[in-house]
Amino acid sequence: MVCDACKQQQATVHLTEIVNGQMTELHLCETCANQKGAQVESHFGLADLLAGLADFSKGQDVEPESSSKSCANCGMSYDDFRKVGRLGCSECYGTFRRSLSGLLKRIHGSTHHMGKTPSRLVKPSRAKSELAELKRRLERSIEIEEFEQAARLRDQIREIEREQRAKNKKTDK
Amino acid sequence: MPKELDQLLKQTSEWLRGVGPVSDIVMSSRIRLARNLEKFPFATRASDETQDDVLKATKEGIKKAPSFQQPLVFEMAELDEVDRLFLVERHLISRDHASFPDHRAVVIGHGEAVSIMINEEDHLRIQALQSGLNLRDAWSVIDAIDDELAEVIPYAYSTDWGYLTCCLTNTGTGMRASVMVHLPALVMNKQINKVLHAISKLGLTARGLYGEGTEALGNFFQISNQVALGRSEDELVENIERILKQVVEHEQSARENLLTNNRLQLEDRIWRAYGVLRHAQTISSNETLDLLSAVRLGVDMGIMKQVDRPAVNELLIASQPAHLQKLQGSKLSAEERDAKRAALIRRRLGAQE
Repeated sequence: MVCDACKQQQATVHLTEIVNGQMTELHLCETCANQKGAQVESHFGLADLLAGLADFSKGQDVEPESSSKSCANCGMSYDDFRKVGRLGCSECYGTFRRSLSGLLKRIHGSTHHMGKTPSRLVKPSRAKSELAELKRRLERSIEIEEFEQAARLRDQIREIEREQRAKNKKTDK
Repeated sequence: MPKELDQLLKQTSEWLRGVGPVSDIVMSSRIRLARNLEKFPFATRASDETQDDVLKATKEGIKKAPSFQQPLVFEMAELDEVDRLFLVERHLISRDHASFPDHRAVVIGHGEAVSIMINEEDHLRIQALQSGLNLRDAWSVIDAIDDELAEVIPYAYSTDWGYLTCCLTNTGTGMRASVMVHLPALVMNKQINKVLHAISKLGLTARGLYGEGTEALGNFFQISNQVALGRSEDELVENIERILKQVVEHEQSARENLLTNNRLQLEDRIWRAYGVLRHAQTISSNETLDLLSAVRLGVDMGIMKQVDRPAVNELLIASQPAHLQKLQGSKLSAEERDAKRAALIRRRLGAQE
C-alpha cells in the first residue's frame, strides 16, 4: 500500500477516524507520519498509533525483537503485540524488555517510574525515607558549608542507592 | 433490573454538583488508575475462566478494603443495555465497558465519587471524581483507596517501569488525570484550536464529553495528561492544574471580551437558546447539549437569572438517552425520546420561572 500523503513510500502507519459515523482511513509512510505527528496525535489516541509504532523497528531507538519470540506466561508473540498494540500480561514486559524500553521512551520520554510504589512493597524497606532524610541533611550541610560532613553523607547516600539497585534487580527477575 | 441502580437516578452525579473551585468553567476533575494482577493475562489474552478468576479475586479484595463499606456492585452482563448506558452517561463506566459486558463488573462507592471497573482493558480501572477544579482532592481519595487495595491484591509492578498495564501509554503511574471544562467563549471567538494545540505541546490532550473518540459536544472538553511514566503523580497533577488555570483565564477573558464587544449578539444567542429549549416540541440530544451550553454560559455570566446552575447540570444528564428512558420507566424509540426530551426540558425550565 502506498502512502496517502506522498504517494511514493510504502505506508506503515494505518489510522482510522470516525466522524459523525463516517469512517475514514489514512495510510501513511513513516516520514509523512512523523511530519504529521503533532496533528495526528491530537486527533487520534496515542494507543492507535502504537500498533504502527511497534512496526518502526528500524527506527533508531527501538531494538528489533525476533518476531517468533513469545511470552512464556501468556503465549503472546512480538508479532501479536505488533498487530494489536496491547500486551498480553505483566510478564510480557520482561519477555520483550528491550523493545519495550525503546517504545516507552518514545511514548513517555522516559523509562524510569517516579511515582508511587504498591503499599505492601513499601513497608519492608525504610530505605526510601532514610534516603530522603540523608539528602535533606546533605543539602543543609552544603548550605552551611560543612563540607566534611557533606562528603560523609554523600558516601552514605551512594552506598544505600547501590544496595537498592542491587535489590531491585533481584526482585525484577 | 437492580433496585440499587434506580437509586442512583435520585441523586446528583458527583461531576454535576456544580460546586468547587472555578465551577463556572470547570465541571469536574477525575483521576483514574490502571492496575493489573501479577501474571494473570490481560483482557487481550485472557480466557473466560481467567477473566472470571480475576473478577472473583478483585471483588473479594475490594470487599476487604475499609473504604468500601457498602459498595454497589453490578455485573455488567446482568444489566440491560439501557442500564449500562445509564452508567456511561453518569461517567461511572466507559463506553467500552458497556459495549462488551461479559465477565465485567463495576463497583461504586463514596456516593458516586469512586468507581472501579473490573476487566476493562486493565483488570482494574479505579476512578475518583470531584466537582470543580479539584484534582488534588481526587488524588488523595484515590491514593488512599489504591493503598488499601494494594494490601490485598497483588499488583503487577516493576521498580523500573512502575505499574504494568495492558497498553504502554499507561505504563508507569497508570494514571490519567482529566478535567472537564466548558469553553463556549473560546469556541465562539475561534481561539479554541490554538488553545488545544498549545496544551498538546505541553503533554496534555483534549477529548470530547465522553472520552476517547467522542466529539466536543456542547463545548465540553476533557483535558488530560498524555504521559504516565517518568513523573510522579503529584507532578502530573500539578502540571495539569497549572495549565488548566491558564485555560480557565483564557476562557474568562474571552467571556469578558464578548461582554464588552459583542454583548447584544451574545445575549441574543443565549436567549434564543433558552427560547428553543423552553418551547421545542421535539429535540435531539446533540441539539440539547448545544443549547444547554449557551444557557449555562448565560447563567455563569449572570445574564440569565431564572435558571440556576444545578438545574442546567441536571438537564445535561437527564436529557441523555438512557436517563430519559430510566426517568420514563420504559424503552423509547429515538423519535419518542426526542419528544419526551423536549417535554422534560419544557417542564423543568418552566418550574424554574
